[in-house]
Amino acid sequence: MSDSILQIRGLGKAFGGDWVLEGIDLDIRRGEFLTLLGPSGCGKTTLLRLIAGLETVSAGSLHLQGRDLTPIPAERRPVNTVFQSYALFPHLTVFENVAFGPRLQGVKGAELRRRVADALETVKLGELAARRPGQLSGGQQQRVAIARALVNQPLMLLLDEPLSALDYKLRKQMQLELKQLQRRLGITFVFVTHDQEEALSMSDRVAVMNAGRIEQLDTPRRVYEDPASLFVARFVGEANLLPARVLEQRPDGLSLELEGKPFEAARPQRFEPGGRVHLLLRPEDLDVWSPEELRRQPEYQARALAATVEEVIYKGAEVDLLVRLESGVQVAATAFFDEEDPTLEYQRGERVFVTWPAGWEVLLPFEDAS
Amino acid sequence: MRPAPRGSLFRNATLAVIWLWLLVFVLAPTAMVAVASLLERGTDQFVTAAFSLESFARLFDPLYFQVFWNSIYLAGVTTGLCLLAGYPFAWLIARAPGRIRPLLLLLVIVPFWTSSLIRTYAMVIILKANGLLNGLLLWFGAIDQPLMLLYTEAAVIAGLVYSLLPFMILPLYAAMERLDLRLLEAARDLGAGRTALFLRVVFPLTLPGMIAGCMLVFLPALGLFYIPDLLGGAKILLLGNLIKDQFLAARDWPFGSAVSVVLLLFMALFLLALVYVRRRRADAEAAL
Repeated sequence: MSDSILQIRGLGKAFGGDWVLEGIDLDIRRGEFLTLLGPSGCGKTTLLRLIAGLETVSAGSLHLQGRDLTPIPAERRPVNTVFQSYALFPHLTVFENVAFGPRLQGVKGAELRRRVADALETVKLGELAARRPGQLSGGQQQRVAIARALVNQPLMLLLDEPLSALDYKLRKQMQLELKQLQRRLGITFVFVTHDQEEALSMSDRVAVMNAGRIEQLDTPRRVYEDPASLFVARFVGEANLLPARVLEQRPDGLSLELEGKPFEAARPQRFEPGGRVHLLLRPEDLDVWSPEELRRQPEYQARALAATVEEVIYKGAEVDLLVRLESGVQVAATAFFDEEDPTLEYQRGERVFVTWPAGWEVLLPFEDAS
Repeated sequence: MRPAPRGSLFRNATLAVIWLWLLVFVLAPTAMVAVASLLERGTDQFVTAAFSLESFARLFDPLYFQVFWNSIYLAGVTTGLCLLAGYPFAWLIARAPGRIRPLLLLLVIVPFWTSSLIRTYAMVIILKANGLLNGLLLWFGAIDQPLMLLYTEAAVIAGLVYSLLPFMILPLYAAMERLDLRLLEAARDLGAGRTALFLRVVFPLTLPGMIAGCMLVFLPALGLFYIPDLLGGAKILLLGNLIKDQFLAARDWPFGSAVSVVLLLFMALFLLALVYVRRRRADAEAAL
């Protein structure tokens, strides 16, 4: 593959006999923003450290531009890391921190000053060059850490949860800046996070990881809208899961029994008749109607599921509803204030009907959803 | 422990005890020594109440310059050897698995449980002509005749290093234990090999521990009189020996006091210089 910069094949890592990472196959594309997303302990940071060379490989291989990385120590790999803790050198000024890498490459004098100044300019920190890390705010330290890595002109920039220590507002701002920076510089970013919103909003592709494996590697949109597994569905965004039974498999779709009613799924997926499946529906996909409203929507009447409102949470731009279907399954629905329904008045205990646009459901193999 | 509130009985009582201790056992004796150094030697008493700078004038004798220089040289070599031996030692302890670290620290501290004087006698037994070391070397056939180990400068230095090494290891260990290993990873990630890693990150970050350790070895080394006495056969004089001899053998209290005062001033200058360097570093690293 010509546009791939790093090829990972069968990569595994064991700590004292425990495999924390197993069978990782991953092609990282030149210039892409790839996010490793997963809960803590899923192996995402270990994968990043294997790429950086800070951990030794237990199985498999890494090839950077065709060159085997395995025997190359961290200090000679053309990749740089932005650490979660920033790991700035407390005894050096901001300038000296950023100059650390280039100095070791033998860069001196005016050339060194120019490169450090450029890197600090890139992260908008030019005027703080003489400070020490201890005199900077968390956000500023973060920027120094990015400049210190970027100044080495790495083939890949590895970012290990770099924003997790920042407050919400600063984090949002840095997300945007990092994305813009990556687009401007065209450097491959590998970004580790456990924050699904961060992953979706910044990445070109997201690798969702669980228990040492990659569950799905796809664009943010497809990861969210077409999750490959129950784990991905529940980790990326909120998910309603409705159990159903397969009645008949047809070339153009699937006949199901859902909430005691027949249901036609439009998506041509293969499931064995008689087996069970999960229907995945995002809260924002669901429409909640009162009985009078449903009467005015004849096309939905046949498919509407009866439910009772249990909780109404007002959130300003939207209203979140928790409703319980007749089968006892609880479902979350998000309703937005718009011209269709400017009032969104719901009462707890109210009888309602839940519907969704035909074909928006995602079918997943049934897993015990405990 | 939470600090006791200001004005509480416990706080006042503790502070009073500390102040009283410092007053009676530190300030008063030091003042007495300082006063004695400015008096004349008495005939039937140790000092007579007559002001004189003669004791200090006598210090300019080249003989005493030699002692002074000798002391600084021996203390300096001792400090250097302690640093060379203590640095890797402390590093190994600081990087040892958490379970065995207390044990290793205990091994450093165990010698303090017996008197330093007794341990120095033990060294005599090891080093003397028919001692343990020579016996071993003869038995292995490494030498034909016993080596003259005792009563040499090397024996004095060995004794000083042996007695003072823990004082180097402990502050070094404290500095290394605080060292954030993630900084070492960051340095490697930025291209630092082993040498650069040590020179640019480990060395500067453990420097405070090195300075503290050097002070704790160098200053006591100037005064450990019984080690040159026992291991150097009283051929090698430290400032400590000179002072002891003036008080106990020559009975010249004013002169012994003058040497003490000079030693004290020398140490004070050393410490002041250290405080000055520390403060400049702290200013530069403010808020860390």
